[in-house]
Formats: sequence, C-alpha cells, structure tokens
Amino acid sequence: MGFLDHLELPVLPSDKTGEGNIIVTSLDTLFDWSRLSSLWQMSFGLACCAIEMMSTSASHYDIMRFGVIPRPSPRQSDVIIISGTVTLKMATRIKMLYEQMADPKYVISMGNCSNCGGPYWEYGYHVLKGVDRVIPVDVYVPGCPPRPEALLEGLMKLQEKIRSQNHDDADDADSQD
Amino acid sequence: MSHSEIIEKLRTAFGDKLGAWRESNSENAYQRRMGSYLEIAEPSAIRDLAFFLRDEPTLAFDSLLLISSLDNGDGSLSVIYHLESTKHAHQLILKATLPAEVPSVPSVTSIWLHANWQEREAWDMMGIRFEGHPDHRRILLDDDYPGHPLRKDFKEPDFYHGMKVPY
Amino acid sequence: MPEILERHTIMHSPLHASGPIHAPEDVERGRLHTEEMVLNIGPQHPSTHGVLRLEVVLDGEVVVDVIPHLGYLHRCFEKHTEHMTYPQVIPYVDRMDYIAAMSGEHGYVTAVERMMNIEVPEKVEYIRVLFAELQRIASHMIAIGTFGMDSGAFTPFLYCFRDRETILEMFEKTCGARFLYNYMWVGGLSHDLHPEVLPMCREFLKTSRATHKEINDLLTFNHIFRQRTAGIGVLDAEVAVNGGASGPMLRSCGVKWDIRKNDPYSIYDRFDFEVAVGSNTLATLGDAFNRHWVRMQEWEQSLNIIEQILEQYPRDDTTDVQSAIPKRLRPPEGEIYSRTETPRGELGYYIVSKGDVKPWRVKVRSPAFSNLSLLPIISRGYLIADLIVSLGSIDIVLGEVDR
Repeated sequence: MGFLDHLELPVLPSDKTGEGNIIVTSLDTLFDWSRLSSLWQMSFGLACCAIEMMSTSASHYDIMRFGVIPRPSPRQSDVIIISGTVTLKMATRIKMLYEQMADPKYVISMGNCSNCGGPYWEYGYHVLKGVDRVIPVDVYVPGCPPRPEALLEGLMKLQEKIRSQNHDDADDADSQD
Repeated sequence: MSHSEIIEKLRTAFGDKLGAWRESNSENAYQRRMGSYLEIAEPSAIRDLAFFLRDEPTLAFDSLLLISSLDNGDGSLSVIYHLESTKHAHQLILKATLPAEVPSVPSVTSIWLHANWQEREAWDMMGIRFEGHPDHRRILLDDDYPGHPLRKDFKEPDFYHGMKVPY
Repeated sequence: MPEILERHTIMHSPLHASGPIHAPEDVERGRLHTEEMVLNIGPQHPSTHGVLRLEVVLDGEVVVDVIPHLGYLHRCFEKHTEHMTYPQVIPYVDRMDYIAAMSGEHGYVTAVERMMNIEVPEKVEYIRVLFAELQRIASHMIAIGTFGMDSGAFTPFLYCFRDRETILEMFEKTCGARFLYNYMWVGGLSHDLHPEVLPMCREFLKTSRATHKEINDLLTFNHIFRQRTAGIGVLDAEVAVNGGASGPMLRSCGVKWDIRKNDPYSIYDRFDFEVAVGSNTLATLGDAFNRHWVRMQEWEQSLNIIEQILEQYPRDDTTDVQSAIPKRLRPPEGEIYSRTETPRGELGYYIVSKGDVKPWRVKVRSPAFSNLSLLPIISRGYLIADLIVSLGSIDIVLGEVDR
C-alpha cells in the first residue's frame, strides 16, 4: 500500500546527493494516497460489534498501523464505522452525525445488523433493516459480529476503493452525498 | 418464613382483597419456590399491601426484584411483582390481573425505588398505567411510537419518521 | 446527537458589563439565585459505554440532576422470544449482554432446565462453570479497562484487552465463535471441551495473576486514580437494596449478597470462594473506587474457582455433552423466575410457558438496567467530571439495558 507501488510514472533513480529524488505523479493520485493512508475513524460504537471494533483497535490487531485513529468528533473524521444494530431511535442521529462529517467521507457498515437488520430482520419492530436506508454505504462487512480480521479486510477494501476513485468528474467529492 | 406462613399473615391483614394462592405443581423444587404466586383480587389494594409487606418486621420484603407485565391473550393483562427479603431470605410473587381496556394499578415507586423504571417499562411495552407514578413517560421507545409492542395484537407500523420499518 | 450545549438563558458573568456582580460569599450562602444549564451527553459519546443519552442539569460545574434517556439500542428481545422456540432464543440471549454472553446463556439454560426438570451431566456443569467464570474475568477486564480510560488511564485498557484475547481463544477453540457463542444448550453444550483448553487455562492462571497484580499497581493503588474515584458517587446500602442494585454495585456498599452463595445454582456450592465486598479502609463504602475494587477482587476469586475446577474436573469422563438434551423441548405449563449471577449482577428470567414449543413470555430482569436507574442518585451534587466516573463505575452494557 506504499505510495511508490502505485505510481503510473517511473521513479527517477536517486543519487547520493538526493537531488534526483523526484517523483512525478498527478495531484489526484497523491491526494488519494494520503486519504487512504490516514483514514481517521469516528469513535462511535453501537452494539456488540463495537466491542469487536475495540478489540481491533486494541493491542492484538492494532488498527492504527493502517493509519486509522479514532476521533471523538464527526468534524475531524473521514470514515464512520456503523458497528451494530441501528434502531429507529438512533437512525436520525446517525444521519445527523454523517451530515456533520466533512467531505470526502466514507462509511463502513460493520456486521449483519447494519447491513440488513441481521437476526432482527423479521420481528424487530424498532430496528432499521440496514443502515443504507438512511446513509450511503461504501463497504459492507458481513458477520455477526465480524472478526477483527474481517473489519481489517473491509478497511483494506475501502482503501482500494479510494485508490481507484474516478476523478473525471470535477464534483466527485460532492456527488458522494 | 415459608410461603404458607406468609399467606396466612397476609390473609389476616387483608382478607378477601387477596385472591387464590396458585401453587406450582412442578417436580422441580426451585420452580415450586419461584413459580407459585398469590393472586390479588383487588388491584387497587396493591399500595397498602406493598407497604405492609415492606414494613412488617417478620416479612421485611426490602427488595423488589422485578415488575413484569403479561398479556394473557384473553383480553386481560397482568402485572407480576417479584419480591424478596434480603434479611429473611424468602420470596413472594404477586399477580394482579387487569382488563386490557383500562389497565391501571397504583404505583409502588414510593415504596421501592426500583419500581420507577420497571413501571415505566411496563407502560412502554404493555400500556399499563401506574397511578401516582412520579415520571410516567415511555422509557425505551420514542414518545410518538404507535402502540405498545408486547401486546399480542400489536402491529408494527409500515413507516416511522419516513423510514420503512418492515424488511 | 453529539454533545450539544443548550443554554436556557445567557448566564450573567462577572466580566460581562451589564451583568450583575456579586460577592462570592453571596453565592456561598445561597442568597444568590444562579441559573441552571442543561447539557446533553450522548448518544454518540467518546467514552465506551454505548448509546446512552444523559440530560444533565448543571449549576456551574455541579450536577443538579441527571435524566438518562434509553432505548437507542432497543432490539425487541422480548418480542423475538415470543416468536422463537426455546433453543432459538439462545442466540438472542447472547446479543443481549454481549460482553458476557456465556453468563447470559448460563442463566437462560438454567431457567429452562428448571422448568423441564432436567438433570445435566456433571461434566457439562463443570464446563459451564469454567466458561462462566472465564467470561466473568473477560467482562471485568473490559469494565476495568474502560473505567481506567474514563478516569484518564489508557495503559490498563491495552493490558486488559491483551489478556482477554487469551480467554476468547479458549472459547474459539471449543465452540468456534470468538464473541457470541450459542454454546450452552438446554440440557447440554454444543461442543465438548477442546483438549487444549485445560492446559491453556493452567497457563492463563499464571499470566492472569501477574496481570492482576500489575493492574493493581498501575491503576488501583495509583494515587491519581484514587484521588479521582474515592468518595465519588457514594451509594448508601439501604438505598442500593431498595433501588434494585445488584452485583458489584450492591456489594461495594458492603452488602454480602451474591446469587452464587445466597441462592446457589449449577455446582457453585462445591467451590470455596469469598464474596467480595467493598472496603471501608481503602475508600468510602459504596463509592466508585469500591465498585472497581470489588471487580478486582472478583477477578481473583474467579481465578480461585477456575483453579478448583482444574483440580476437580472429571478428565476420564467420556459422557457425551449432548446426551441430556431433550428431543422435544416443550416445558409444561407454568411459570418461573430463575436467576443467576452475571458479572453485572442478578440476571433473572421470568418465563411463562403455556406448554408450547415457544415461550409465551420471557421477561428479563437486567442488572445493568436496574443499576443504571440509580445513576441520578449517585451523581447529584458531584461535579460534571465525576459524573463520567460514576457512569463508568456502574459498568453498563447498553444491549442489556435496552434489550
């Protein structure tokens, strides 16, 4: 996932003085690379999956090596991980939090409950059957709850998505809403 | 104190305000102890009964374990009180049955603090009114949620605040 | 909503030109009427206790009243039970108290077994108690770690989560799931104990005792932590009993009440352990420090129980763990209130059966719900910063509070 692995242009060989250490690339690629390497996550747990998300950020799985740092405020974060069951009471709050985030923003839906209602799909009179009914989702991570490895895989998929973003449209960032 | 002694004491004090004693006929000793209940014929007497149960030194039911609500499916609702005395280590279960149209019992919040949220939950889930409750609001669902979901005839709404509810 | 500051009125500040200026002694003697402010905390909150909203009425820094708003995680557990057969309810029980899923399962299967009067094999009982106690340690580790985070210590959180992974590994080896198990079935277990678990347990006893001491040194007897938690959120023993507190919240007040001793279930009567209570000498009885202290002691007591299980465990017993599972699970008509001691307190199931394969009604006495209802009482009159400590010391799981 290093920057140099994904350049379209050849890297000029550096000499000992360092003067030849020039990388030529497009600004978009540079921006995408920096976006995907420091995805600040909104620290926001909903239900059971939140505990697995905590495990992912704790000692064993160490999500910080992917550049993910939990931020307490939606204004400072790039990605929101919907970790758990979204109830009707919570859905309006999640929408509001999502709207408060600055562009470009990404959404990972973690676990079956936020994907489609999970085990509560049939009789859950107070459960929203999928968070994608209120906000757009980039990556769905299945599992009940997903293992920390699965969440990391979802994160890498999101990084892949950011890397291959299409920049033809000038309003690309705005059109994600 | 055994169940029969407690019942005898209550009957001398309250007489026919109490209903029948429903002894569980289970083979399991635990269920015989924690599955037998005393019916209350007059639900309006619950407050006085609760004061007596808590303050009578030989009974001393100082802990209210749980207030449950129950839809019997025949047009009546029940409120079940699980009581325990930490001093004497005995338990008692009371059951009051109410009509589903106007389910209302006196609140016991002033006797056991624990009843406050338990009664709010019973109101929220089953729609049972507790007269004299200091904060009679729904606890889990929003105030504008239609209906009381644990009643057997509850139908979930199709839309709630513009969000589709069924799958 | 994220923390939104609501001001009913603009407060008069001494620096404000038009505001009245009062002498400090006026404020002290209560002659001055100060304005109150309402602060919303949650449901998205930086601390790790889930989606709870607190409406706090403040007078300056002092908490006048706290009004908890619940239901942001109400997942309709009790409605689901009415549509599921008895074994199908177990996965939903897992998801209720998701930090201590094994303890919740243990309570539920005990209740149904009592209704059907099933005797489970001795080996099954040993495995159940072993896993329930391991789960208690894992749950207390999260409680202690996040409580440390609430009061400003980050390192214990990492240490606790590191050791918790060992416990999860044992569960995973045995039943394939890391976190929500569906392991204890009515009358038996889904899998036999994995042969590597007992040696792992023995190893875990050593490392966990070391971690326990380390956490005590790092956190419990840390001067800053003591200053932050001692004397905060004091709960009176009588109020605790009357208000339905249970578990560490009740025991920290000095009340020796543990369902494992007072109303024994499973095979807890075979083990020798102490009921941990709060200490009058380390801090005030019933305060936030004592709630933490009770959890630390229970961690040690659980290790003692596990040690005894390792000695007594019938290794040569080749009973099939599924041998006592009934073919038709249909409890006779009747009702029961059955309770067990989970890491958070007394978890009770009130089950009404009408002789069907599905329960007519399952009502849960959730210990976190009852403990949380005492939050206004223990936080009134303390500072706003102490409110977070008080809330962290209760150790709520919102899945169980809202169900």
